[in-house]
Amino acid sequence: MNSKTRDAILSHQTSIIDYWLEEVSKFRSEDNLQSITNKVYENTNREFVDKLFLTVQNGKDDIYKDLILYAERLIQLGWPLNYITRGLQAFRKVTVETLSKAEENYSKSIEFFQEIENWIDEIVNILVNEYSGSWENTVFLQKMALKELSAPLIPVFEKISVMPLIGTIDTERAKLIMENLLEGVIEHRAEVVLIDITGVPVVDTMVAHHIIQASEAVRLVGAKCILVGIRPEIAQTIVNLGIDLGRFPTKSTLKKGIETALQLTKREIIEISEQGGITYENSNP
Amino acid sequence: MQVQTHVDINSEWGIVAARQAGRKLAREIGFGSVDQARITTAISELARNIYLYANKGQIHIEELTDSGRRGIKILAIDDGPGIKDVRRVMEDGFTTSGGLGAGLPGVKRLMDDFKIDSEVNSGTKITVIKWLR
Repeated sequence: MNSKTRDAILSHQTSIIDYWLEEVSKFRSEDNLQSITNKVYENTNREFVDKLFLTVQNGKDDIYKDLILYAERLIQLGWPLNYITRGLQAFRKVTVETLSKAEENYSKSIEFFQEIENWIDEIVNILVNEYSGSWENTVFLQKMALKELSAPLIPVFEKISVMPLIGTIDTERAKLIMENLLEGVIEHRAEVVLIDITGVPVVDTMVAHHIIQASEAVRLVGAKCILVGIRPEIAQTIVNLGIDLGRFPTKSTLKKGIETALQLTKREIIEISEQGGITYENSNP
Repeated sequence: MQVQTHVDINSEWGIVAARQAGRKLAREIGFGSVDQARITTAISELARNIYLYANKGQIHIEELTDSGRRGIKILAIDDGPGIKDVRRVMEDGFTTSGGLGAGLPGVKRLMDDFKIDSEVNSGTKITVIKWLR
């Protein structure tokens, strides 16, 4: 910013600030900022405008450092980006109006407008960058967190593992399911794998296709796959869709699936009586 | 009052959004859990077809009232490559993407009314309706 513009703005500092505060308080009702107390809102506004004037006063390189710190704080507190962009738009309007009233000649020149435009645009860029950077970061972290809880294979007994699936299955997750399943089967030397779909909200043809493919791959590495946790409404939609799950065993609950898996590996769960003797759960020993 | 929702499908997350919007409206209209599952699955199939074949499009979901009957109407529109042979895609087991080939015929069985308009190189429009019983 050239010194002429800077002096012009600084000489009208108080009237610009007052006018701006008035403008910004009008946004209050429209923004989703109603939950913030008046005191906090006023303080934040005042701090915002002070930081803006700091960028006018300083001619040095790190003039935006304070502004960035301020933006970071707003981001942490969860203030909307809307507040900043509108605040800056109001600031441009207020500055131009105030100065064109006061300084007749210079403030009507193109150069003056360009100076103001450049200055505000630069600040908008910096602040929007801060905000979008923080969003991108959040999205990235959430993606990583989602991936972590994606598809674990849990060994529950020797030779028996369970893969509980929760939530939507998209292409990326389907790939992970397949990988974890095959790696886990080899690592845990599983002979039976139970895939539990209790937590999958919708089983459409793609999800079914992925499950069928996964179980086919499991069969190729020498293990058996049992699909468990099929809710009644899911069973009906699978039939309606005409998906053929006839080739691989299914059970309604994980409990029944584990019983079947134990049978397949020639074991069973027995109860031990209080006397210390063994009583078989089934009547045939 | 007519409730209408539009969901843009341009990523896999659009499919999830469309599904959730559909389930919400179906629940509000009063569909039971089995029909809710049918409706959401149908939306999922239609939205996935848009994403797979046309890359982007829209799902419109609205409530229907017709001579005392209530229902839900789902409209899937895209301006993708279109379907060459509509009769073949309605056959079970026909697929061009390596899937199960149960999508569209499955949707027809899940819902009560099914209408498809498609023109090669100009897009596809599928309307399905489920009535509340």
